[in-house]
Amino acid sequence: MVASANTRLRLEVSHLTALFGQQRAVRDVSLLFPAHTVTAIIGPSGCGKSTLLRCLNRMHELTPGATVSGEVLLDNVNIYAPDVNPVELRRRIGMVFQRPTPFPTMSIYDNVAAGLKVNGRRPRAEIDDAVERALRQAALWDEVNDRLRTSALALSGGQQQRLCIARAVAPEPEILLLDEPTASLDPAGTQRIEELCHELKRLYTIVIVTHNMQQAARVSDYTAFMYLGSLIEVGITNEVFTKPKVEQTEAYITGRFG
Amino acid sequence: MTVLVIILSFTAVLALVLILGNLIAKGASSIDWAFFTKSPVPAGQSGGGVANAIAGTVIVVGLAALIGVPIGVGAGMYLAEYGAGRLGFLVRFVADVLNGTPSIVIGIVGWTFIVKPSGHFSALAGSVALAILMIPMLARTTEEMVRLVPHSLREAALALGYPRWRTSLKIVARTALGGIVTGCLVGIARVAGETAPLLFTALGNLNFTLSVGQPMQTLSLQIYVYATGPFDEWHRLAWASALVLMGLVLVISLAARWVTRQRYGSVR
Repeated sequence: MVASANTRLRLEVSHLTALFGQQRAVRDVSLLFPAHTVTAIIGPSGCGKSTLLRCLNRMHELTPGATVSGEVLLDNVNIYAPDVNPVELRRRIGMVFQRPTPFPTMSIYDNVAAGLKVNGRRPRAEIDDAVERALRQAALWDEVNDRLRTSALALSGGQQQRLCIARAVAPEPEILLLDEPTASLDPAGTQRIEELCHELKRLYTIVIVTHNMQQAARVSDYTAFMYLGSLIEVGITNEVFTKPKVEQTEAYITGRFG
Repeated sequence: MTVLVIILSFTAVLALVLILGNLIAKGASSIDWAFFTKSPVPAGQSGGGVANAIAGTVIVVGLAALIGVPIGVGAGMYLAEYGAGRLGFLVRFVADVLNGTPSIVIGIVGWTFIVKPSGHFSALAGSVALAILMIPMLARTTEEMVRLVPHSLREAALALGYPRWRTSLKIVARTALGGIVTGCLVGIARVAGETAPLLFTALGNLNFTLSVGQPMQTLSLQIYVYATGPFDEWHRLAWASALVLMGLVLVISLAARWVTRQRYGSVR
């Protein structure tokens, strides 16, 4: 466990097992995500890192046949408790996917406002402010402020991904989940997103799944290494990368497998 | 091989060219202002038009669309979004069977359930028959269009805290809207030329009427009556009516094309 005593606890995973039918994708994982930190989950393809991430906002259970056991505690409340509404929960936890997913029928403005409007009616000015704030947080405002009403599809891939980040942060979630957010971007786009992680952790607790170890080393405070659905090692990023405790971690980091 | 393919595609196009050419050659000369504005005159007299049939076609087909589009599109949405289970399988199977049902059988259904109980032929019965014909077509095209919407968009909306129904309506249906509208227009164009389902329902009417409770003439019925009749004047009008009907269907098809282009043009 890696949280220091004075860090307020934000998100805790306890004995989490995720299944697709009979197949166990995540095996008994326990993990802590301290507030205002970036935690990277690394591991080879198919190790369950994306599935673990999708358990954190209850997206996993939307796949037919998918089930979960164990607990995910958000400020000590189990999000899998029967009285928790998953739809409302997802409004508190933003998510960005591998590929940019702007809504094709909506303008840039409407894309960013999409998550705000679903939360109930709000005054126009309030939405305007929130859209601008979100676009600034995603470092996209300067590039799009003169064409907010045009289609989001006219943006480049990197811009679209930052638009998705803006859309995710507009409702001011508490946690931000990033599922390989730079997988489809070029180096310049990747760098911008990584810089954003540093900016955004002041405001949100960030969990980023990545198969790029350099990226994990660059952006994260803590790194968790997963293999075959199990959590192998977790610790302060610098320590995991320089002196890993488990041999498998070392083998993966040094590129001997995976 | 290439030569064969060229010959075959040329044959397919040739059929259309021959039909259209024939229609224009025999029908165009009869089309004048009176053709669009006057109702038919008694047999044997010359002059008159098919205003009643044109208005009737618009009303019968329009009413059919009003009934059929919401049901067909709604069923298609259901099949695509929630139709994984046994009920979905059943609905899909019924739609496919209905799609293959001869249209004259649908006409008899309209006669049995509306004309016979109400005691008279009516435009409404014709519209219902055409709507029944349209529904399975629309359901299946809508389903396919909705299925084309990438799953990632659905997930993105759900991750934002959209409830499922709102995701279906606001994100998925809106994204597929161009395709759905195109499907509707193609379906409408397809039933606009139907004759068989109307024979036992709308029946036909030599007088101009706008009342859907009355028998009503449509272009297809008009063509049937005139083309099988004994007078040269009627044959002339049948050709002209066929040309107008063909033009009407063509306009709807072009509109469908235009909507499709708008849709996919915006996605680059």
